[in-house]
Amino acid sequence: MNLKFSYKSSLYITVLVLTISLLGCDLDETQEVVTLSNLVWEDNFDVDGAPDASKWAFEIGDGTAQGIPGWGNNELQYYTDRPENVSVENGVLKITARQESFEGSGYTSARLITKGLFQQKYGRFEARVKLPTGQGLWPAFWLLGDDSNGDVWPQIGEIDVMEYLGDEPTQIFGTIHGPQYSGGESISKEFVLEADRFDTGFHIFGIEWTPDFINFYVDDKLYQTLKPSDVEEETNGEGEWVFNDREFYMILNMAVGGNLPGPPNADTMFPQTMYVDYVRVYN
Amino acid sequence: MKQINQIQAKALCLLSLISMAFLGCERDIPSDAPAATFPNIAEVFTDAPVNLTDEFFISFDPAGGANVNGFDTDNNEVYLGSSSIRIDVPAANDPDGGFIGGIFRDRGVGRNLTGYDALTFWAKGSTTGTIGTVGFGTDFQEGKFPVSRDNVQLTTSWKKYVVPIPDASKLVQEKGMFLFAAGGIDVLGDGPNGNEIGWTFWLDEIRFERLGTILPVSTEILNGNNNVVQAFTGSNIQINGIGQTVNLANGENVDINVAPAYFDFFNSNPSVATVSESGLVSVVGSSGTTLITAILNDVQASGSLEITSNGQFPSAPVPTRDEANVVSLFSDAYNNVPVRHYNGFFEPYQTTQGGAGSDPNNVDIQGTLPDGSLDNIINYTQLNFVSIGTYETVQLVDASAATHLHIDINVRETLDPSDFIRLELESGTFAGPTANGSFVLNSAALGNVNADGWASLDIPLSSFSGSVDFGNLGQLFFISDATVSDIWVDNVYYYNE
Repeated sequence: MNLKFSYKSSLYITVLVLTISLLGCDLDETQEVVTLSNLVWEDNFDVDGAPDASKWAFEIGDGTAQGIPGWGNNELQYYTDRPENVSVENGVLKITARQESFEGSGYTSARLITKGLFQQKYGRFEARVKLPTGQGLWPAFWLLGDDSNGDVWPQIGEIDVMEYLGDEPTQIFGTIHGPQYSGGESISKEFVLEADRFDTGFHIFGIEWTPDFINFYVDDKLYQTLKPSDVEEETNGEGEWVFNDREFYMILNMAVGGNLPGPPNADTMFPQTMYVDYVRVYN
Repeated sequence: MKQINQIQAKALCLLSLISMAFLGCERDIPSDAPAATFPNIAEVFTDAPVNLTDEFFISFDPAGGANVNGFDTDNNEVYLGSSSIRIDVPAANDPDGGFIGGIFRDRGVGRNLTGYDALTFWAKGSTTGTIGTVGFGTDFQEGKFPVSRDNVQLTTSWKKYVVPIPDASKLVQEKGMFLFAAGGIDVLGDGPNGNEIGWTFWLDEIRFERLGTILPVSTEILNGNNNVVQAFTGSNIQINGIGQTVNLANGENVDINVAPAYFDFFNSNPSVATVSESGLVSVVGSSGTTLITAILNDVQASGSLEITSNGQFPSAPVPTRDEANVVSLFSDAYNNVPVRHYNGFFEPYQTTQGGAGSDPNNVDIQGTLPDGSLDNIINYTQLNFVSIGTYETVQLVDASAATHLHIDINVRETLDPSDFIRLELESGTFAGPTANGSFVLNSAALGNVNADGWASLDIPLSSFSGSVDFGNLGQLFFISDATVSDIWVDNVYYYNE
């Protein structure tokens, strides 16, 4: 009996180790944590040059034109669509933050959105990304609810699939924002890599979003499930689950400075690039 | 029994699958890599030394000020387990030695550390003192791969510290398991002046690890500078300023000192100069230019050295006088008398650089004589005044039998008519009353040179003003009042003719 048990458990562990080791080098591993596999939208960034205009639009500036100077977080960058800040090269999208004086800002970077080009409610949203290094860098892959009916944040909802701070290279966090749980009160969880870091290789960041829950995963690891009941608990019943109301669009960006990361310091080396191998959406 | 066999067979099969999977993603091992046959023990100290020499702690040389008393283990203050290492750092004025430091060495033939990416340890201070240096790779033998971190400030609670390995593939047989050096705390903040006080720190769980979270962010030689130099055939230039900045898992950047042997040096024209594994560049060609760069673990280091050979060194005329008639202060042709200094660096008025130290074979320029032997040259720059001193720590020079002073001077700049160098002799220095006498070399004398630019000067001692005691000479001054700022000096000796 004992023998049988130990055989099974060691086999299980062995398979696990085998899986992990394979994941470490394979580019297109299958996700056991996900259930949706009907591909409905993707950009593999296979054509050099500017990003595909049928899939991505840019948000330009320091947020002033949008009515939120510093993009609502006292961020320091000016977003542009120049090739210095955003380009597709050798199969990857590069979003590059630079330290330069530009239009009154000390840094430049880029922010790409699928607003009006691709939006949907529910599904599996996934990106394979290699992140940058250094204090003050704040890249993200995230979703915002469509606001064309005049609703404003946080009522429209926000799902941060991946946020990362360049001075914490082994961890990312996944977050939802809504009424009564936004900004510093948002509902969030961090994921820490063991014996690895996010700025030395590509990792997959994704969510599976259904009417009943949002699952957050990194590579083959599911690390957070958020349900309407979690919102209720976290907000003492004040919060509202706003993720069954509307379509959401995707955003890829790299902020510099701002309330969350604080400004870059003397050790932060520029330029810094966030590399995106693909973005895919499944139903 | 049968079942066990079957399990083992399956386990083996799985193991081989795992190995294949791992092999699939790991980098190829270079075909010329030595066989990894040495033990890969990770631990250096846990609750006791792990596979270290019997002496455990091998101190730096007490003759150099190292205090051997402060090293012990401690069973009360531990991070983990039952014992830690306790270091009592002495006060700077401790008669038994003003600092503590040394190494731990593998007791065997060395360890294979190729599977690790860092040395780690836990440490705690009695106060927030700073360990001057920690590292590994120094074995007091032939270890070529030292790495160190300077000025590691401790906290008063246990904290983990990391010394990254720049390229573990080099560490196939490493004996230097740990190194530390620490001095007292400068509580008054008045600089290193001997009033630093003692403190205590503890070390625990010293081991090599594979963290997986080490990210080199910059690598440099020559402090990242692109140096352009001209050099004569036979001269040597050491590539220094070698280091790497590494980002750790906590986002902290740490700077490490990296031994040259970790680098592969690239040399665009080996007929101009060669570069050794230790980063020593030797000019071998008589003309041409070469560019020396370096790569560490597939990453190009910033910084480079461009050397243009100026050909054969323009040596001063080789002296031919009989040594029996000579008292030499500085010449490769004679045995020199002991000197206190070739530059006293007298503060605050002296600006002169060059001539540091008292070793005539280790001054500014090491050229090559036509016969291939070494030609040492003093190169005074920013000259206003300087002396060759023979007093206090050495005997005053007895030139009472001499009739002349010989000096070869090569002025390395354009001479103006008003330029001069006044030679001044001082007798009795640090030994009672002093007396001085001087002789002025004017622009014409300095400009009366051979094809290589050397003015060979033979000055009768009777021409010196004043009443110097030639039997007790303490200093020979070169005083230009900054009219001449860059000179080479060779063959300084008194002789009888």
